Amino acid sequence: MTDIKRLEDIASQVRRDIVRMVHRAKSGHPGGSLGCADLLTALYFETMKHDPAFNMDAADEDVFILSNGHISPVWYSVLARSGYFPVEELKTFREINCRLQGHPTTHEGLPGVRVATGSLGQGLSVGLGIALSKKMTDDSRTIFCLTGDGELQEGQVWEAALFGAHKQLDNTIVICDRNNQQIDGSTEDVMALGSIGSKWAAFGWDVMEMDGNSMSAVVEGLTEAKSRLGKGKPVFIVMKTEMGAGVDFMMGSHKWHGIAPNDEQLEAALAQLPETLGDFAV
Amino acid sequence: MLDTITSTGKKATRDGFGAGLKHLGDINDKVVALCADLLGSLKMGDFKNAYPDRFVQMGIAEANMMGVAAGLATGGKIPFTGTFANFSTGRVYDQIRQSIAYSDKNVKICASHAGLTLGEDGATHQILEDLGLMRMLPGMTVINPCDFHQTKAATIALADHHGPAYLRFGRPSWPMFTEGMPFEIGKALHLSEGTDVTIIATGHLVWIAVEAARTLEKQGISVDLINIHTIKPLDEAAVLASVKKTGCVVTCEEHNRHGGLGDAIAQVLTTQHPAPQAFVAVDDSFGESGKPDQLLEKYCLDEETIVKAAEHVCRIKNA
Repeated sequence: MTDIKRLEDIASQVRRDIVRMVHRAKSGHPGGSLGCADLLTALYFETMKHDPAFNMDAADEDVFILSNGHISPVWYSVLARSGYFPVEELKTFREINCRLQGHPTTHEGLPGVRVATGSLGQGLSVGLGIALSKKMTDDSRTIFCLTGDGELQEGQVWEAALFGAHKQLDNTIVICDRNNQQIDGSTEDVMALGSIGSKWAAFGWDVMEMDGNSMSAVVEGLTEAKSRLGKGKPVFIVMKTEMGAGVDFMMGSHKWHGIAPNDEQLEAALAQLPETLGDFAV
Repeated sequence: MLDTITSTGKKATRDGFGAGLKHLGDINDKVVALCADLLGSLKMGDFKNAYPDRFVQMGIAEANMMGVAAGLATGGKIPFTGTFANFSTGRVYDQIRQSIAYSDKNVKICASHAGLTLGEDGATHQILEDLGLMRMLPGMTVINPCDFHQTKAATIALADHHGPAYLRFGRPSWPMFTEGMPFEIGKALHLSEGTDVTIIATGHLVWIAVEAARTLEKQGISVDLINIHTIKPLDEAAVLASVKKTGCVVTCEEHNRHGGLGDAIAQVLTTQHPAPQAFVAVDDSFGESGKPDQLLEKYCLDEETIVKAAEHVCRIKNA
């Protein structure tokens, strides 16, 4: 039986980490990070089989690819909190000579990262390549790939959509963070995505929806997605989230996509997020 | 030494790639091949037929191909991607930059129909900028072999050379002359000893440089002839040793004079041993339709141009 309360407590600490990291760095992307905190917590603390000792080839492990690399704060927090590197290292986010680069990279040797992301639209192709290598080696583990919704405006995503269905990569679960926001405004104003689920279904994927800001819904949704694997189609989850979820004044607007809170805003945010695992020291 | 360099017939460099890839399939089960709807042009059919489970048809979707290759490499495979040079580089530069080069993925980007000599298809397909694009990526190995045998050897060598690499070859049947000669990634091939002028050539231009060297020798100009197949990392020691001996150099490549072999050599010489240099390369232009021989002549990548360039740098050196 999943302990939802435990996962919610972890997610609260992850959210504290996010706003503290971005505040300290005076830059970064808090909005999408907060929106995806429940998903990444569920993946790393409940759903995925993974080893913090970290092997690049992920043999007999599930794999997570963060295609929308700008929400690195949430990933770094979850990796640190699950033992990939010391929690204290979170304070180095975006600093010179750090492993926690603005966007995730393998280049500085950070455990947990398997490919650089940040230039959008590329992660899914890489994830499908890992999925294919697992098929070739009879490794039954799962590939999870998170993409932003605005990111679907990149053409390469649709090349990958064709490929995943054509190759029947039914060991792959793509989760699209449907928060309806991108830098210049609403996704539907900037470049309308319309019915994302219908589009992926038409491309041959098994599509489902999930509330991304309810821990119980996320855990159930990921369980449901895994049950759909192995049936000839990769799975696509339209995950509805609120950008900035957990911090009231950061929600409902694209404004908090890529700016840092000031000192007062940090305190206001932290007041809404219980400290459950201990903050990283600065 | 020039007398011993003889053509044993003609085959395309892309055939050398196909033969090398098939050989790798025989000896290394980590090798997988990806192709973007150009199976016949890339000569990947023998590999596909022998190892269908390790061949991946990617369709006309090169960006996705580069990402999938990065993923396969992450999983421990050694992927070789195959498409035209234009679609292997410029079209997918950011995918290569982020998902392969910056991520240090062991992907071998194999590119046919490079340069002018693909002929009639014209400038949309005749990329003359690819060496420069790929040279600029940190950690990228860049190889431009000169004939069937060298391309086959380079293909095979790449499987044991960890890291991202770009292998550039071409379409036309071309004289074969390196059978039995050594091949080592990053190591220049010294084709002929001479004292008056260094000629450094890569790719298809190596054979033309051999013929130009014969003409120069008849005129009494002694040529130190070097084949640089690995443009990055460059065998600087071989370049410097030769130019210190001769005092001048001609570089020859089927590429824009910006960004390619000539630039790489000039950077070594200007910083370590300044010497007169002439660039036999395309003069900052696009190509056009035509027969390979017609194009090489029109764009001054021919024997006569190399001979004149050698005479020119010798005059500067002696002035």
